[in-house]
Amino acid sequence: MDTLLDMHRQAVLAHPSSQPFWDAAREGRLLLPQCAACGRHHWYPRTFCPLCHSSRVRWQLASGRARLHACSGLLRDPAQTVLAFVELDEGPLMLTHLVGRQLAGWQIGDELQVSFRALETGLHLPVFRARETEAV
Amino acid sequence: MATVTRSREAALGWIVGAFEHPTRHAPDVSTAELHRACAAGALTDAGLGFADVDGYFGGRDVPGSNVSWLIDYLNIRPRFIDSTDTGGCSPLAHLMHAADALASGRCSVALITLAGRPRSEGMRTGTAPRPGEPERPDSPWELPYGQTITTLYAMMAARHMHRFGTTAEQLAWVRVAMSQHARHNPHAMYREPVTVEQVLASPLVAPPLRRLDCCVISDGGGALVVTRPEIARGLRRPGVRLVGGGHTLHGSAGGYFELTTSGAVVSGAQAFAEAGVKPRDIQYASIYDNFTVMVLMQLEDLGFCAKGEGGRFVQDGQLIAGAGRLPVNTDGGGQCNNHPTNRGGITKIIEAVRQLRGEAHPAVQVKDCALALACGPGGSVSNGHSHATVILERV
Repeated sequence: MDTLLDMHRQAVLAHPSSQPFWDAAREGRLLLPQCAACGRHHWYPRTFCPLCHSSRVRWQLASGRARLHACSGLLRDPAQTVLAFVELDEGPLMLTHLVGRQLAGWQIGDELQVSFRALETGLHLPVFRARETEAV
Repeated sequence: MATVTRSREAALGWIVGAFEHPTRHAPDVSTAELHRACAAGALTDAGLGFADVDGYFGGRDVPGSNVSWLIDYLNIRPRFIDSTDTGGCSPLAHLMHAADALASGRCSVALITLAGRPRSEGMRTGTAPRPGEPERPDSPWELPYGQTITTLYAMMAARHMHRFGTTAEQLAWVRVAMSQHARHNPHAMYREPVTVEQVLASPLVAPPLRRLDCCVISDGGGALVVTRPEIARGLRRPGVRLVGGGHTLHGSAGGYFELTTSGAVVSGAQAFAEAGVKPRDIQYASIYDNFTVMVLMQLEDLGFCAKGEGGRFVQDGQLIAGAGRLPVNTDGGGQCNNHPTNRGGITKIIEAVRQLRGEAHPAVQVKDCALALACGPGGSVSNGHSHATVILERV
């Protein structure tokens, strides 16, 4: 198995509180931690709110919508992975991958929708693709 | 809670020994031996010996699970040990901590070393994901995306260009200035001057960053010896002292962070306040240059120019000694000279010491240099980078 993905599997096991996220991801749903005290979402997930330090944090179903903040990728990478920071509609920036286009096809501000990639570890990883314009 | 401003006197630590190992490729030398050679060089420079050392400062580049093994290898007897590690800026933090330990009487002669051999070990510093650490709190969320140092800095550059209109040509001017300085450094890894056109013709590694936006990967290291004023006055070296310092972590803040801002906003403000000086007073600056974009971001965040003006500040040779408004990295920097063990912190201090002593190469020596700054980040964006700034004064 890919060393990085095996390390990721170990990381998930080392953070038991992350399990609901991965369970939802398997079903194609993106959960975000939201604070019941201040109402804000944060990323990466913690068991407390890093913004107000309340411990009243719960998993909430996210819109899955985001906007491209910045992206890049190694041109020599055979997989042509596009790494990105996306700004989730709920507020925080998230490190992720973009799928469906080559690096040169993306522009800051592009509207995005979450998607999930099944990894060989059995975990499902959130990635983002271009959001289809809704028909009027 | 009120901020306590430390008195300048309490912060004083005098740098009496500084040494940069001449090697940039050391396949036949152990990392411990590189540390020893650097320590010996700095102690010789100071006119002191290993028996005089009673404080040791080193980071994770010290071989072994902690610094004990190197201290035993050197056979020194410290009564104060600090192994603070915040990445590449660690030596800047060590310098501040050494000054504090000296001021409080915890030690009298502080030794700081940094060394390593990423080049000999074939490390792809910027373009391979770092080995994961499962217990790290961000690992479940960021590790599987396989980010590399270069792709993260590339996104910073892309964002800076988007927000402020910074251009690839402006980034290239940083490399051009460092290459003009490296011409005069016989030990520099790349001594050939380059033009803006040559930088722009170098291959894209991670757009918008090109190969010549990236620093070198080099073996080597450096060391510093820091002591109290009364001991320093009895030594034969010109006096250089620490007059201000700041150290911080610019984190991901729950996802509400700005990619175009560095921790220099905090560490710089603290260092300037402590030293009681302004950016316009600085005659020479060592600015950590792991990537060209980081230089102009730090210049903005330190207050040398307004936010977003970094591109205009560095263009047209404005960082070249003798020609520009602010001489930066007159040894050739990490871009062209040296980035030992992927940690630029110590070489940044060493070139500032050379400038303040008047011992830089005559072609790049700042006339009558009395006040200098050295700064740099550790780690990278997203999961948080640390940042440290020090201000040094000729005595």
